[in-house]
Amino acid sequence: MPSRAVAPGRARNGQIRSGTGAGWGLKAAATGGLLFLNLPLAFILLYAFTTDDRSFAFPPPGLTLRWFALAWTRPDIWQALGLSVEVALLGMTMALLLGTLAALAMYRFSFFGKESVTLMILLPIALPGIVTGISLRSAFALADIPFSYWTIVLGHATFCIVVVYNNVIARLRRTSPALVEASMDLGANSFQTFRHVVLPNIATALLAGGMLAFALSFDEVIVTTFTAGQQETLPIWMLGQLLRPRDRPLTNVAAVFVIAVTFLPIIGAYYLTRDTHDAAGSGK
Amino acid sequence: MSVAGAAPFREGPLTRLSTALYLRPRLVLLLLLLPPLLWLGVIYMGSLLALLAQSFFAVDDFSGLTVYQPTLKTYAELFTPANVAIILRTIAMAAAVTIGCAVIAFPLAYFMARFAGVRAKAIFYLAVMLPLWSNYLVRVYSWKLILAKEGVITWLFGLVGLQGVLDHILELPVIGGPSLSASYIGMWIVFMYIWLPFMVLPIEAALERVPRSFIEASADLGARPRATFRHVILPLAVPGVAAGSIFTFSLTLGDYIIPNLIGNSRPFVGMVVYAYQGTAGNIPLAAAFTMVPILVMAFYLAAAKRLGAFDAL
Repeated sequence: MPSRAVAPGRARNGQIRSGTGAGWGLKAAATGGLLFLNLPLAFILLYAFTTDDRSFAFPPPGLTLRWFALAWTRPDIWQALGLSVEVALLGMTMALLLGTLAALAMYRFSFFGKESVTLMILLPIALPGIVTGISLRSAFALADIPFSYWTIVLGHATFCIVVVYNNVIARLRRTSPALVEASMDLGANSFQTFRHVVLPNIATALLAGGMLAFALSFDEVIVTTFTAGQQETLPIWMLGQLLRPRDRPLTNVAAVFVIAVTFLPIIGAYYLTRDTHDAAGSGK
Repeated sequence: MSVAGAAPFREGPLTRLSTALYLRPRLVLLLLLLPPLLWLGVIYMGSLLALLAQSFFAVDDFSGLTVYQPTLKTYAELFTPANVAIILRTIAMAAAVTIGCAVIAFPLAYFMARFAGVRAKAIFYLAVMLPLWSNYLVRVYSWKLILAKEGVITWLFGLVGLQGVLDHILELPVIGGPSLSASYIGMWIVFMYIWLPFMVLPIEAALERVPRSFIEASADLGARPRATFRHVILPLAVPGVAAGSIFTFSLTLGDYIIPNLIGNSRPFVGMVVYAYQGTAGNIPLAAAFTMVPILVMAFYLAAAKRLGAFDAL
């Protein structure tokens, strides 16, 4: 292998060793990019404890736990949180069902118009949220469907399908077809094969897809502003607070809470799909 | 074990159903695909097309009600100078955000793809992903804290004694403003922050795919690292940049929350769409405005396809 001898500073795993390769400029730029991406959320955390309740003064004049206690007693926050969790659970369930069906169909069959179906599944997340939101809203208006809890769920399920679909189809593609054939050869019918062979294989993909769908729905604000009536999900409550600030310290606390609720499923989904190449989130 | 136990060689009704279905694959396909297709094809695509169709109607000036007769009047309204200014402003912001994202994302992606070890790469990957999946609104809000007049940035500039520089930047004619959070600079920073992961991931994927042998061949042929970067790595990364730019460009075009919260209340396309469909009750004009990002993206996608963006997605 002459090339190995010629190129110095190459590590065994085929990557250029960082000592010789990456200059300080590149390292600084990469670190800077990473900080730019991750530092801002730390400020939310800091501001949730500040004693200052009318401005965004930095550094905070003092630290307190008062706002957490106050947020705890606010019924509107609890209500918004409850609605968000309910909607996210329902949206996730529907997305799991529809996304898995679509993935099974797209994996097993090739048919005329398959490309367009793929495009259609991707479209709700590829188009800006405002397009999805306004078209659903005008359709609800045209069909005289009053805005309710259910219209929110409908909107959320629409853009969550793709997350489940991506996770499940990626797993199906890596599952050996021989497993299914072996099961059928051994006398299992298709339902038993699905229950005992396919399902255990895609279980973690389903779990990961579901968690991501939950996080996506729990966070969603743009489509929700169009499809919600009087109901307030937690992000909508926050948006109201950002547009017309009334309880600034409570907004900080709610923000911390939202971060916590979404990070856990995302990190969970990451670990569930870590060893595979369908890394969680690549579909968003 | 349970499989064998549950299925002795006796034909139960389920097994017969299973056999019947096995012999009719088209029916199975239909059964599997029908629910998602009904949902996406009828509810989603139906409402999308219904919306776009409404842009060919117009609102009666006197009654304020939509007249359901095909007309191009709404499009004539769309191309009045005030509305064209809104469209151009949005496109300019999307372009600036895309360029800024590419500049910040490239070194990050390059380091991830070429220099980070296995562990470091996993950490980088998670660190790029987490913001992408954390709450959009909270992320925008965090910048409202940071960019505020009494916030961190002002404090930092004051700490190193460069308060004057910040003031000068804010006095710049178009992009400045009373404070960073009320200026185009602030909006630009926030947009870049929000969409950056969408740029990092495709570039990283494209760089990862550059075969090691290419780099070795380039070195063997006497190219210095700089020349290899310029003539081998950079051209091969272009599809990744193009793929990332699709996201940053499209997402900026359609966003209406960031221009609402950060910047000087001059309207962007997303904001007018929201306003026209809501309080103003002019769905046809809102629909016509919605056509703008869709059409711009159609052209953009055609251009990106020529750069090989679709192979890098």
